[in-house]
Amino acid sequence: MTADSDASACNTRRLVLLVATRKGAWLFHGDARRGAWRVDGPHFLGHIISHLVLDPRDGKTLLAAAKTGHLGPTIFRSTDLGVNWREAARPPAFRQAAAGTAGRAVDHSFWLTPAHADEPDAWYAGTSPQGLFRSGDGGLTWSPFSPINEDPQYRKWMGTEQDGTPDGPKLHSIIVDPRDRRHLYFAMSGGGVHESRDGGETFAPLVDDMETVEGFDASDLAFHDPHCVRLCPSDPDRLYQQNHCGIYRLDRPSTRWVRIGRTMPQEIGDIGFPLVVHPRDANTAWVFPMDATTVWPRTSPGGRPAAYATRDAGATWQRQDVGMPAGQAWWTIKRQAMTADRFDPVGIYFGTTSGELWMSPDEGRRWECIARHLPEIYAVEAADLA
Amino acid sequence: MKVLIPGGLCSYTSAARVEASGATLREVLDDLDRRYPGIRFRMVDEQQRLRPHVRLFFAGEPLRDLDRPLRADGELIILQALSGG
Repeated sequence: MTADSDASACNTRRLVLLVATRKGAWLFHGDARRGAWRVDGPHFLGHIISHLVLDPRDGKTLLAAAKTGHLGPTIFRSTDLGVNWREAARPPAFRQAAAGTAGRAVDHSFWLTPAHADEPDAWYAGTSPQGLFRSGDGGLTWSPFSPINEDPQYRKWMGTEQDGTPDGPKLHSIIVDPRDRRHLYFAMSGGGVHESRDGGETFAPLVDDMETVEGFDASDLAFHDPHCVRLCPSDPDRLYQQNHCGIYRLDRPSTRWVRIGRTMPQEIGDIGFPLVVHPRDANTAWVFPMDATTVWPRTSPGGRPAAYATRDAGATWQRQDVGMPAGQAWWTIKRQAMTADRFDPVGIYFGTTSGELWMSPDEGRRWECIARHLPEIYAVEAADLA
Repeated sequence: MKVLIPGGLCSYTSAARVEASGATLREVLDDLDRRYPGIRFRMVDEQQRLRPHVRLFFAGEPLRDLDRPLRADGELIILQALSGG
């Protein structure tokens, strides 16, 4: 489908927002104008849902990455929008270590990505601690994917629990090139960005010109902390990245990331968790900056939340806060909790850790709150139903 | 033997008390998983370690060793050590 026909067709789509929280999952069904929302939930009340994803290849299969505070991780699958859920017979799990050696155990599946359109039942999962897994049967059975989970060099780059984020080091941003099912990317917090050209048989680092915290050796991948990487659907040679150390753009075949966040207002900075790309315009992207000073509150700078949009691939940024609180709003938006639909104009959505779901129907010009009083929001996805 | 299932795992068994057999804790958990697929992995990780907040008791004694022998006439109690908010 071309970009134009995609835009003209999109306003007849049936849109659903998939909201994953620390205490369950909710589905918000939008009307044709995105003005009213029907709430369906909670699903899995009390479960920690890290990611809830609808398969774009069939428009009906949902996968949920779940665990509870006391029980191990699993993945649930539904083909009827959550009326019935079926648990994975074999969730992502590392290989059992040889006797006498310490093996890793998956604490939770963190990230779900459908594989290429030519592989209709295949999915990828990224876990905490960092691991890469694949299912070939629609999410019912999962196996370790590629050698990286056990590779000594990758294990060194992954670091230990001590090196990870507060709720565990994560493998995320698994990306499949829409032109080539064997061309894959993923990112690790920490551990950098990596690329495979051979369907995951081998991966290589892709971190040139990415910065690390001052005083640390940027040639050591363990010090790299990409927060979110996105590929532009309208130009798969362009990637954007929100990193612990700035906002970046990469135009392939170059391997050098360009820190486009330097053009953000100095008092705001260019640190955050999420990054969203426009479905039809590779020059347009959104970020949601956070306070990364002193002890890293990770809240909206000054208590005044705003998205920032670029329309020129990062040369300039525009503040977008119309409709948001003007002050005393100490929001945190996690890396999976901001997304875009494919309408024209594009709708932008985000969820806060304080349980509010917000949307903009016009590419960030004005914002409105869709829902309040949800649990801590971990992920928001906008999807088209079949 | 009788096995007391915690509320968080009753979605697998649809009952708070079920039957399972085995001469050791490992065998009993394996038998539970045959009867209720998926339940074992929620309690025991892929390195064969009991998950941190899962507690097992037999005849009043806490169990940590999967190879611990169990009597067939006893009752295995599985608990979630609830904590946090």
